[in-house]
Amino acid sequence: MLDNITKFFSRRRSWSLPYVLFLAVFVVMPLVLIMVYAFQGNDGGFSLENFRRFVTQAEAANTFIYSIGIALITTIICLVLGYPAAYILTRIRPSTATLLVMLFILPMWINVLVRTLATVALFDFLSLPLGEGALIFGMVYNFLPFMIYPIYNTLQKMDPSLIEAAEDLGATPRQVFLRVVFPLSTPGIVSGIMMVFMPTISTFAIAELLTMNNIKLFGTTIQENINNGMWHYGAALSLIMLIIIGITSLFSDSSEDGANDGGLI
Amino acid sequence: MKRTLSYLYLALLLVMLYAPIVIIAIFSFTESKVLGNWTGFSTELYASLFSGGVNNSLIDAIKNTFIIAFTAATVSTLLGTVAAIGIHDLRYGKRRAVNFVNNIPILNPDIITGISLFLLFISLGITQGYLTVILAHITFCTPYVVLSVMPRLTQMNPNIYEAALDLGATPMQAMRHVILPEIRPGMISGFILAFTLSIDDFAVTIFTNGTDGLETLSTYIYADARKGGLTPELRALSTIILVVVLILLIVVNYRSHRQSQRAEEANGQLNIK
Repeated sequence: MLDNITKFFSRRRSWSLPYVLFLAVFVVMPLVLIMVYAFQGNDGGFSLENFRRFVTQAEAANTFIYSIGIALITTIICLVLGYPAAYILTRIRPSTATLLVMLFILPMWINVLVRTLATVALFDFLSLPLGEGALIFGMVYNFLPFMIYPIYNTLQKMDPSLIEAAEDLGATPRQVFLRVVFPLSTPGIVSGIMMVFMPTISTFAIAELLTMNNIKLFGTTIQENINNGMWHYGAALSLIMLIIIGITSLFSDSSEDGANDGGLI
Repeated sequence: MKRTLSYLYLALLLVMLYAPIVIIAIFSFTESKVLGNWTGFSTELYASLFSGGVNNSLIDAIKNTFIIAFTAATVSTLLGTVAAIGIHDLRYGKRRAVNFVNNIPILNPDIITGISLFLLFISLGITQGYLTVILAHITFCTPYVVLSVMPRLTQMNPNIYEAALDLGATPMQAMRHVILPEIRPGMISGFILAFTLSIDDFAVTIFTNGTDGLETLSTYIYADARKGGLTPELRALSTIILVVVLILLIVVNYRSHRQSQRAEEANGQLNIK
């Protein structure tokens, strides 16, 4: 018996077993539970009641659409602001660039809530009203580094001889950028969009703090339902969010190799 | 001209990113309860942070944050390292399957991880508290450890391990003297990553910390902010964290810069020869 156990663990592939069990209990089972709860009525039987409620009740559905809108706006602003920044960073002296990239990433080490409260303080300080504007500013402020970093990474890994070749063949700077640089940086852009869109769609506390509780995002709705003991409905809303995330990640799958290169970790 | 404009643009973005943080740092040197109200220079907030002048719940929250981060990071590093060694040795199909599940907690939004674990704990009837928060943190930290150890194993020459066995080492000895030294850097960066992720987490903690009033720094700040204001001492604490991180980053960056410079010099000399 003991011999068998020793033998079992001396094979290295058996070492994956504890983690496989761990994943089964703490990753797979919880996700299955979300599905189970989502399709359960309050009496415990199978029911589509939760989804019916989502579609018929204007509040949750409106919040859902509004959240997607905010996430899209945030992502677009981050892309428009972040792409030029990433591009400039690859064109300046490498040592300066490293320092500047570090400066762009540094704020991410500060707790998201502290950063958000700091944004609130900034708006107070400048006597600007809290609300939608503050919400979008706060989101952009929180997630801009996630856009700059992957784009910078792909741009930096780009083979400079491709640009030189285009120049040698008579392309204008504008053509070089539009026909060579930009298409080659798509993996970074896709990765950046994912890394901004997915967290913005799922945030909850940030919106609360930035709008003095006036604007509710989908994440907040989910959290409120769970907190109020509406587990089945909360699970159904979580499942809807999971589906959105799933659809978003399908887009990035087509360029998976590049996205992995450009990823933050 | 173009150059100046480029730098100006970067500078503008950085000003936008840092303005809120700078305001927190500046106002950590005044005693005022409300952020944005300057009542004269004072280091009172720092003094009260270290002398325990703040209410106990903040000190408790800081303690909890570090205990949870340390425990979760340690367990994640052990579990993740053992797992990586095992996964590396699995056949292709199984390895892909495990890697796929391993990526789920990384891709999942925090709120989904939090709610799914919350449902798990209530379904199993486990009272939520320290244990559940630590288990939850291990869940989202371990995948990152696996990901940082795995490349080290892939890059390793498998013949070295075989050679050790041929030379009479037991599998355990080969593990300790051959594999472990190779993957140690991956373990260390995995640990650091897990530690920072745990300290920074808010969304998973809030769903798994139960109702007994277990607070980490994040949930404390959240509760605090909902009550209408940030405990002034948190401005001092945030400033300290910022400065420490800044120094760490500069040191790490400077070291790697020096190393790459040395490597370049060495390469240059080789080329001349």
